[in-house]
Amino acid sequence: MSRMTLSEKILAAAARRDSVAPGDFLLVEPDLGLANDITAPIAIQEFEKTGAGSCRFPERIWLVADHFTPNKDILSAQQVKVMRDFSRRHAGVHFFEQGDVGVEHALLPELGAIVPGMVVIGADSHTCTYGALGAFATGMGSTDLAGFYLTGKAWLRVPSSIKIVFTGTLRKWVTGKDLVLALIGTISVSGALYKALEFSGPAIDSLSVEGRLSMANMAVEAGAKNGIFTADEKVASYLSSRAAGRPWAPCAPDADASYEKVVTIDAGALEPLVAAPHLPQNVRPAAETDAKVDQVVIGSCTNGRIEDLRLAAQVLKGRRVAAGVRCIVIPATPHAYRQALSEGLFDVFLDAGAVISPPTCGPCLGGHMGILAEGERCISTTNRNFVGRMGHTGSEVYLASPATAAASAVTGRITTPSEVV
Amino acid sequence: MKFSGTVSVFGENVNTDEIIAARYLNTSDPAVLALHCMEDVRPGFPQSIVPGHIIVAGANFGCGSSREHAPIALKAAGISCVVAESFARIFFRNAINTGLPIVECPGISSRAAEGDRIEVDLDNGVLVLPSGARRTISPFPPFMQAIVKEGGWIPYLRAQKSFAEGA
Repeated sequence: MSRMTLSEKILAAAARRDSVAPGDFLLVEPDLGLANDITAPIAIQEFEKTGAGSCRFPERIWLVADHFTPNKDILSAQQVKVMRDFSRRHAGVHFFEQGDVGVEHALLPELGAIVPGMVVIGADSHTCTYGALGAFATGMGSTDLAGFYLTGKAWLRVPSSIKIVFTGTLRKWVTGKDLVLALIGTISVSGALYKALEFSGPAIDSLSVEGRLSMANMAVEAGAKNGIFTADEKVASYLSSRAAGRPWAPCAPDADASYEKVVTIDAGALEPLVAAPHLPQNVRPAAETDAKVDQVVIGSCTNGRIEDLRLAAQVLKGRRVAAGVRCIVIPATPHAYRQALSEGLFDVFLDAGAVISPPTCGPCLGGHMGILAEGERCISTTNRNFVGRMGHTGSEVYLASPATAAASAVTGRITTPSEVV
Repeated sequence: MKFSGTVSVFGENVNTDEIIAARYLNTSDPAVLALHCMEDVRPGFPQSIVPGHIIVAGANFGCGSSREHAPIALKAAGISCVVAESFARIFFRNAINTGLPIVECPGISSRAAEGDRIEVDLDNGVLVLPSGARRTISPFPPFMQAIVKEGGWIPYLRAQKSFAEGA
């Protein structure tokens, strides 16, 4: 009967069908729909243009004002006001700002909002992050979210799936970020256009949930609709303290599921990687990259979780950021911030000469809190290195893991962690 | 729908940061967004747009951020239609949902040059190249056609009356 991939199984259940196949159009009722301070105002405006008085499922609506927080100017403050006012008018809507806010895709998993088998839509391309927890999660636009506010529904075309198998045992300092960069370097930024990436293999089994969140986060950087992992005992353990009492059932792909193709990557052969300007597919070993850096950013929905901060601190402990280099550490959520503080990581960062920012997307999208000038180069744990992404169009961004970024902060040039520690 | 216009050619993997940079995302005012459309890749582009103007691009047009500001900026700047080898999926659905006409046409980037004129006839599924050659445009699947026909996703939902309970 079934022969379905993990994404197909979740979508079939959501559409209340026995089975679905790639190319099918579905009208589903997503379990959660999120938007941020850039995308929510348009969604709210489109919703209000219809004259509707109420939302179909207000408790499924999550509004996270993370991109320009703390509000960088009058216009961005106005946008958050639109979200705040909307959340006050519609009881049940979840709204986060300032002291409650974290970078959305780090915040929601941490709050236990995501469990396996959910269908999650978000007016943010990195909504695919939640696939790490076994959810079908995909980025959409503001108008999709407006439709969801109105009707509780969204349209989806079932993607075909590519199975990605990571074999081998990871070497020291090789992280989930390096795995996903290796993948994007292999299949290109359009290699999974419209498709689902289904991750598996021994290297994935041994990877932490946080490492998997970093990987699923960048599925969209290969053009994918979603990136998904089968929830295992690590996910169960991650959820036990965060989503206690929320029921979920294990879901796995059928053994004879049909994949468009299978890509196998020997993760045991990988070393720390970077993606050079100006596309995430320009992947090369950090050790073979000779480039001075002016700025280092450690944070974001890709790599701003506590495990990432610990990794950066492990490299920076007892060392100093190189003269002339600006190092910015951005814990992605209030919880990660407090935990880093209580574990003494802030002392490590401050002793090294880094600055610590409140949780924000900030510099990742060239918003604020660390914008690049013309001719400057940054190594960043974020997910995009497009022209002008973090500032001036004449600036450059290299993407890397927190360990590689921290090592580069110490030397002032792109450096592998093992060269420093 | 039928469009005839001068072509501006862009490469592959044009991302939504290039279409409208994040520094302008503290507003969703179409008129403001239009002024900064493609600013970082082609300064002065909005001022060069003439009625009917068509963008021709390579593969994966609109990759990156989900910002709906991208199709909004293009539409408000006066772009009548985007013809690309392929589109990134969120941009694709944003265009469908907001009513920016888009056409997937494999091979287009080597068949139209800057300043050429092309014609796009969505009703009859035909694209007329600068050489005068005619290419068949693959129609959208019926579900998407229905959304386009209603003028976007919200009008479609209203026509379906599928939000009666929320109204």
